[in-house]
Amino acid sequence: MSEARPLGGRIFTLTFSICLIISGIALYFIAKRFMFGIGSVANLNNGYPWGIWIAYDVVVGTAFACGGYVMALLVYVINKGEYHPLVRPALLASMFGYTLAGVSVFLDIGRYLHAYNLYLPWQMNFHSVMFEVAMCIGTYILVLWLEFAPTFTEKWKLEKYRKFLDKIIFALIGLGVLLPTMHQSSLGTMMLMAGFKLDPLWHSSTLPLLFLLTAVIMGFAMVVFEATISSRVYSLGDETAMLAKISRIMSWVLGFYLVVRLQNIFMRGEMGHAFSGSFLGNMFLLENFLLIIGFVILTFFRNNLTPRLLFVAAVVILVGGSLFRFNTYIIGFNPGNGWSYFPSVGEQMITYGLVAMEIAAYTLFVKYFPVFSAHEPVTSTK
Amino acid sequence: MTIKRRDFLKGAAGSIAILALDGQSAHARTVQALPPEALGILYDSTLCVGCNACMAGCKKANNMPPDFVGEQDIWDQPVDLSPNTLNIIKKFTNGTGETKDAEIDGYAFIKRQCLHCVDPSCVTACPVSALTKDNNTGIVTYNKNACIGCRYCQVACPYNIPKFDFNNIYPQIVKCQLCDHLIAEGKVPACCSVCPTGAALFGRVTDLYVEIRKRQQMVPGKIYEYPVTSIDSGATHSYAAPKYTPHVYGMEELGGTQVMYMAGVSFDKFDMPAYPKESFVSMSSGIQYAIYKGMVYPLVVLAGLVFMVKKNKQQEEAETAENAKDKKEENHE
Repeated sequence: MSEARPLGGRIFTLTFSICLIISGIALYFIAKRFMFGIGSVANLNNGYPWGIWIAYDVVVGTAFACGGYVMALLVYVINKGEYHPLVRPALLASMFGYTLAGVSVFLDIGRYLHAYNLYLPWQMNFHSVMFEVAMCIGTYILVLWLEFAPTFTEKWKLEKYRKFLDKIIFALIGLGVLLPTMHQSSLGTMMLMAGFKLDPLWHSSTLPLLFLLTAVIMGFAMVVFEATISSRVYSLGDETAMLAKISRIMSWVLGFYLVVRLQNIFMRGEMGHAFSGSFLGNMFLLENFLLIIGFVILTFFRNNLTPRLLFVAAVVILVGGSLFRFNTYIIGFNPGNGWSYFPSVGEQMITYGLVAMEIAAYTLFVKYFPVFSAHEPVTSTK
Repeated sequence: MTIKRRDFLKGAAGSIAILALDGQSAHARTVQALPPEALGILYDSTLCVGCNACMAGCKKANNMPPDFVGEQDIWDQPVDLSPNTLNIIKKFTNGTGETKDAEIDGYAFIKRQCLHCVDPSCVTACPVSALTKDNNTGIVTYNKNACIGCRYCQVACPYNIPKFDFNNIYPQIVKCQLCDHLIAEGKVPACCSVCPTGAALFGRVTDLYVEIRKRQQMVPGKIYEYPVTSIDSGATHSYAAPKYTPHVYGMEELGGTQVMYMAGVSFDKFDMPAYPKESFVSMSSGIQYAIYKGMVYPLVVLAGLVFMVKKNKQQEEAETAENAKDKKEENHE
């Protein structure tokens, strides 16, 4: 792993500065939320107790942050060492993605000072899906930082810590694969409890499986997305051959997902509802249409996959997967009694700010710490 | 005291499950049955005159502030359950709204509050056991000292009962707790104790079942004695039996509730959702328990993962070391 090195270069680029400005605006709204309550910033209400802070920052955001999970799975469990150069950048993105999801939860929960109750054994409710998700995400954030820690020990030449980390790193990687498998599927189980409030197009006993599969697909798509952009921005050399191989795995997982998803809707007799032309039916069609486009590109153009085409596939998969998760948590959710919800400006700004912080921190880290490898492109076929 | 002991046992069971990986203690969940001494309320819409005394009584007993509507700050006028209102009487009207308990050109009242489900979603949902169902009385209570404000109970509740004041800096969940503080003193929940007609009737759920069956067999128009306040209070109110709709809400909905409803019009008129017998809790938890029963599967998977990673990692390190050695040798040459 010693090939990884810091990229160096100017820190205050245009992107970095824009991200800082957006983060600054978000900090203003965060301060407002803590001084005057959630209602002063967000449009959350008693019918829609969860808004974009949960649906985007946690549910979609952690799926975007599954790159570290899938790469660890691929490299260390399935033993595909050739993808090694992609692990650290993916881990870095995951680390920030999950950390900011944790921050977002803290903004969202109303009684944050009581959060310690999650760690009191006599308060723990082992029957609660929320408890499992909270525990897993909390632990996984820590695991991600530790998984990433060799980067710090390399940078600062902390030999003692490096040796210690080397001894436990395999256990951390193991946990780093188990924990997302658990909580990503549980994010699906979570909404089963919403019962009739959730439209039948999304309320299905396959939700845990669908959430796990979208986490894997979106994790890979994010690796492709992020590697394509950073190889352009930082002129890292061509990674297309490696990414094309990953896209084969994606097409299998995505194909399996689509079979399960559509077969389940068909078997439960909801296809009529899907094609009824109703708003929710159309949202369902749009979500799956995007994923099918991604699947078609990855499967039928696999032998002449240009970087551009691969990037398009990654983007439609990320959007489609996000839409599936949004639909499950907000759009397909209807508590009745005339309640409605649309995120307010302040609420949205906090979400944008968290994304901006993530990008800013990422660009800072890759310049300062050894994240990217100066690798030779593996057996490029083109 | 009993609560403390139970909580201790639960905590102990949890700790054991984690430490000793004892599958049995963590896998305690079965579909809930009605607790032996379950307490509840029978609300009879046909007896209700819409006086709202129960709403005033509820506010007083629970120290809840009034809900002002519009400019005025004199009258408590909630339009629905709210962070300040645990109990509300709502009215259904149709057409001219002349006849009581008629679906056409009529009106009828309904009392909305926590139904104290036999198998409550909120209790299963709550990650920190802030919402608990008493093993004996079945009352679902809330502990603000445990609550983290995640609002999963609101998402999970099929009746949209728990409320949260988003405009408060540090809010809490509010919902009816069946005046458990009054019951502890041997009293009756405030809404029932002030109800003049017995429309809200407190009692043991099994006794209320008997009362329900009795009312179902009454001859419409004939005068009967209806118990007032609580089923064993002895006080009664004479009233000509109405024509009840056969459906008793809360008998079977999602596994049943301890607050039950009888009415002269069908319950969809009150926007009371039609629910199947099986609770959503049993559906979602069934999946959850199958996977996480005693954490056995996750730990087995973890062991497998760690083994694989260790093997692959060592292999990789050996290769890297070899490469490094080769490079060194090349440099030396």
